[in-house]
Amino acid sequence: MMLKVEGLSAGYGNITILRDLSFQAQAGEVTCIMGRNGAGKSTLMKAIMGLVPASAGTITLNGKAVQSLPAHKVPMEGIAYVPQGRRLFGPLTVAENIEVGLLARKKGAKTRDFVLDLFPRLRERLDQVSSTLSGGEQQMLAIARALCLEPQVLLLDEPTEGLQPSMIQLIRDTVLSLRKTGMATVLVEQRVDAVLKMSDRVCFMAHGRVEAEVATGDLGPQSSLFRQFVGV
Amino acid sequence: MSLSAKPLALHLGLIAVLFAAQFMLPSYHATNVSRIMVLSVFAMGYNIAFGYTGLLSLGHALFFAAGMYGMGLPIWTLGWAPVPALIAGLVAGGALAGLVGLLALRTAGVSFMIVTLMFAQAGYLTLLYLNTHTGGDEGFVVDSAARMIAGFDLSTDTPRYMAALILFAIAMLICLWLVRSPFGRVMVAMRENEERSRMLGYNPFRVKLTALVISGLYAGMAGAAYGMLFGYVGATFATIQYSILPMLYVLLGGAGTVIGPFLGALLMFYLIDIASGYTTAYLFVVGAALVVLVLFAPKGILGTIRERGLKWLP
Repeated sequence: MMLKVEGLSAGYGNITILRDLSFQAQAGEVTCIMGRNGAGKSTLMKAIMGLVPASAGTITLNGKAVQSLPAHKVPMEGIAYVPQGRRLFGPLTVAENIEVGLLARKKGAKTRDFVLDLFPRLRERLDQVSSTLSGGEQQMLAIARALCLEPQVLLLDEPTEGLQPSMIQLIRDTVLSLRKTGMATVLVEQRVDAVLKMSDRVCFMAHGRVEAEVATGDLGPQSSLFRQFVGV
Repeated sequence: MSLSAKPLALHLGLIAVLFAAQFMLPSYHATNVSRIMVLSVFAMGYNIAFGYTGLLSLGHALFFAAGMYGMGLPIWTLGWAPVPALIAGLVAGGALAGLVGLLALRTAGVSFMIVTLMFAQAGYLTLLYLNTHTGGDEGFVVDSAARMIAGFDLSTDTPRYMAALILFAIAMLICLWLVRSPFGRVMVAMRENEERSRMLGYNPFRVKLTALVISGLYAGMAGAAYGMLFGYVGATFATIQYSILPMLYVLLGGAGTVIGPFLGALLMFYLIDIASGYTTAYLFVVGAALVVLVLFAPKGILGTIRERGLKWLP
């Protein structure tokens, strides 16, 4: 068992987005979250990270409750988050972005080498200002920076959005290699082919709930669940 | 020359130029440059809060005045020696910044500006209200006997210039070290994206409070040194004008650059000095210069230079 969300309700002010939502992410597995726009996928990510307050339910990591922790303490428990849009520290170089990631949990050269081995292209651009990287490289850096925390759970919100096919493939390969390390990955993804190739389990969301949870092996490209919950 | 050696060489070069300048400048300009160097330390402190951490404060006059009165009052009322008095000024600036930060940093953006402005105004009015202890609007003169350090009379030109230069050099090199240190990267990360920094495990309140206290220490030291070197402590230095000046210096020279505050202070000081020789409406000239700056170099002089070529400029 790794990350467990049970009966979670959360939202913005008086507006409830997530309603009694439950799902689990297991170690060494990739769990995909799918749903139409407005289903609450990104809000779920933010709620796990403590950025959106939970009004009910529990979020536990290896049995330890994290839903009442201040947002900056959640990463310290071992949950890392790569939001939509990457959000790098633009004026800092690649090396400095990674340094900021390493400093947070006082990680050193071993972790740095691990993330740079994962993304050799970043190693070639260590002195480059991160705002001048291509979209795909920025996504690599965003993931690398999150991995500097040596998380047990990695939350990725649409990491392949807006990327060219070669970069999408590279991100996919990275997710698959992270699975082998025993990390639990929760991935918000809209592309059916990517979901079928990368994930072990798919949670379909609608109206702020997980309406269906299916092992990826039981799904095919023409599955009615994709039409029902994603519209493709 | 390696990339990391260039910034150090540049900053040491500036210190060398300023050292040499005292032998060439006439007395009037040497005094001006002494004043500019002390005000630059104030602006460097402001730059740590604003330029590197993104805290747009309108209350830094309070920290400057805290340093000035923290140095001046123990001399005036208790007969302290200059060195402990200067240390008291430094501590006063940092401590007050910490206290203000504990409350003001619960807000952000425009609210932070307004809260810091209110604190500074409250500080200014307190100085006037307690006029029997502070000298009120008139302030007080720091006795020249209390401005002797190690046999050097800081009320005379050369020792004053050297004292200002030593303070400036130490402050600038510490600032250079700070912004290139891991904490310096975290300050920039906080400025660029607070939420993302939080998602990496940083406590924004703690980082910003630390930056504000460091900024307050700079402002306090500058205030203490200004009072000591120029022999006057007054409530004028707690007015909003002294919160806006360091902001203008930083914006003109280049926010988020180590030398920018000095360059901004130098240009702004002489712009006002020269313009006021021609017209009493010299603030119009300053305003026009700022409009030109915003139009053609919105990142300030050194910020623009860094953007267009000198990427290694810290």
